[in-house]
Amino acid sequence: MKADPKGVLTGSHKLSGNYACAEGALSAGCRFLGIYPIMPALEVSERYLERAPAVDATFIQMEDEVSVLAAVLGASWTGKRAMAVTSGPGLSLMMEHRGLGVMLETPCVIVDVQRIGPGLGMPNYPAQGDMMQARWGSHGDYEIIALAPSSPQEMFNYTIKAFNLAERYRSPVAVMADEYVAHLEEEVVIPPADEITIEPRRYFDGPTDKYLPFKRDKDLVPRMVDIGQGYRFHVTGLTHDDRGYPIMFEECQEYNVHPLVRKIRNFADDIVEVEEKDTEDAAIIVVSYGSTSRAAKKAMEQARTSGLKVGSLKLVTVWPFADKRVAALAKQAKAFVVPEMNFGQIVSEVERCSYGHANVFFVPHGEKGVENTEGILSAINKAAQETIIRDGVIEGV
Amino acid sequence: MATAKTDKAKEIRNAGKEDIHPMEGLLRMDRMPHIWCPSCGIGLAVTAFTAALEKAGLDPNMVSIISGIGCTGRVAGYVKLDSFHTTHGRPIAFATGIKVGNPKVKVVVFSGDGDLIAIGGNHFIHAARRNIDMLVICVNNFIYAMTGGQVAPTTPLAAFATTSPYGCVEPPFNIPYIADSSGAVYVARWTTLHIRRLTKSLTEALQKTGFSVVEVISPCAMYYGRTNRLGDGLDLMRFYHDNVEIRHGEDTKNLDIGFQTKIICGTFVDRERPSYMERYNQWAAEAKGAKK
Repeated sequence: MKADPKGVLTGSHKLSGNYACAEGALSAGCRFLGIYPIMPALEVSERYLERAPAVDATFIQMEDEVSVLAAVLGASWTGKRAMAVTSGPGLSLMMEHRGLGVMLETPCVIVDVQRIGPGLGMPNYPAQGDMMQARWGSHGDYEIIALAPSSPQEMFNYTIKAFNLAERYRSPVAVMADEYVAHLEEEVVIPPADEITIEPRRYFDGPTDKYLPFKRDKDLVPRMVDIGQGYRFHVTGLTHDDRGYPIMFEECQEYNVHPLVRKIRNFADDIVEVEEKDTEDAAIIVVSYGSTSRAAKKAMEQARTSGLKVGSLKLVTVWPFADKRVAALAKQAKAFVVPEMNFGQIVSEVERCSYGHANVFFVPHGEKGVENTEGILSAINKAAQETIIRDGVIEGV
Repeated sequence: MATAKTDKAKEIRNAGKEDIHPMEGLLRMDRMPHIWCPSCGIGLAVTAFTAALEKAGLDPNMVSIISGIGCTGRVAGYVKLDSFHTTHGRPIAFATGIKVGNPKVKVVVFSGDGDLIAIGGNHFIHAARRNIDMLVICVNNFIYAMTGGQVAPTTPLAAFATTSPYGCVEPPFNIPYIADSSGAVYVARWTTLHIRRLTKSLTEALQKTGFSVVEVISPCAMYYGRTNRLGDGLDLMRFYHDNVEIRHGEDTKNLDIGFQTKIICGTFVDRERPSYMERYNQWAAEAKGAKK
């Protein structure tokens, strides 16, 4: 399916990451936005609102982030592509309904423009401290998809991608941006509508009395219908059977919860996306995601000019994690260098997937500026000098 | 399709056969028996609602029912409409998304006092303020019953609960007063004894555009009644019979409910105010015109 031209602002624009995110959503056919003001994510909503009347897009500002995501889920069941935009404290409040979204298998997109935490933290300074919350923040067992953009262009592209993944896997999908990329202004090229591919919602079109909201197709994803189409279906946040009726036996863990995990885990190869540069001959590989990958790329190039064989692995999808690719690279390279704007989150995943075949150097990155390469270069040099494989994550700076 | 089923039910009822429930077309018969205790009032509230839905003449395919958590939270699971059993306290927020997503759908939130007024209190007042077009049916049994009888924001002063073993020390909320002062366009209160009046109120509220609240005082013999030694379900209904005073149009300030005191019922508010979607559509049309 091609994008609805009404929402697509074709052309080359100078846009902030937040504005690009709003344009991406409108291009992807997002027609419902749940709003609660928070920095540094606010401009996404403002841009969306400015464009909403011309695009016939709807929105509502709710009383808190809890209700924002509740409303987004409700709107999604009316057939609208729906999105919520927030930052750390708001994401914490949204965890309740992200869990419900997973259980009701409701497609929606949650954009988190990360700021420093915990608590109130620092509203206008970038961080990548919500990466594990994105994965594990709601209670119970589930798999989630999360993307990490590193430029306004990627804010546009990944927002569209997030909507497509949400529809394909019938699940909430997170876009994990940060303050830096959100407020960075760069050129964003928006292609013509017929060059943007949109994943259509997979509808059930059988007779009204035959619809089972959780009867899975072969790929484990059930089909949807909209409210008001006469199906008169029931869905519940309790563990349930194919009809959506509660089932309260231990077996439901296998019957109901396991497919929530498997429908994403079994298809991880289709979902996981990475961008690699010069990894073929690399002894040291910088693993990065989001805006940190800008510094990672620069540091890698600088190290290459000084004669070190350094490659780069940028995670487009942080969740599901690129387990297989990192494991393969661990056997080939001698060390990973992982810069993150936190005190160690994704680095543990890299360490887990290197299975003791490579050293893992961590660079808590950010206080000297997101694009600063000093720390990453220092870790690359340390990695180059290390002669044995050591246990655990090694402080790179 | 479903309407045909309802018609069939009526036809059979008229023929004097009793083997099909008169409300079958609007209930999920494959889920019966329900989980509610003997003498619980929620079933009566559901009966009144389904009757009102028929009387109001709404197309059941275009009505969606949303519940939260708790005993009354199970209602959505038994009513044969597009139905959602959501999170604790959030059905109004979920329903708001449905209403804005597809304004043609009539949304009904059917939940309990703990769900709507404690954890969901904020959503309740804001939906009333916005005048979202929805009917909220709040079943008030004065207690958290699903978890076994804890103090609710409606538990009368001095009443016992498992979390108030020496008597409740918190004054309760007066639900019609909150609804009225937050901007609801229709506010009524009945007990499950007043089925005919309750059905009439629900019918009126369903036909209303805007935020309508119907509080249904309902007996919970199992927890509220037992903990407070008030007798069984029948005794609670008898109490309603002897102590309810019907005062239509009464100022909602005067509707506090004490422990085993008089309960004032009636239709208290029925007024007109532009709904959220009316204002929203007007704004959208103007904004669209201005952009062109």
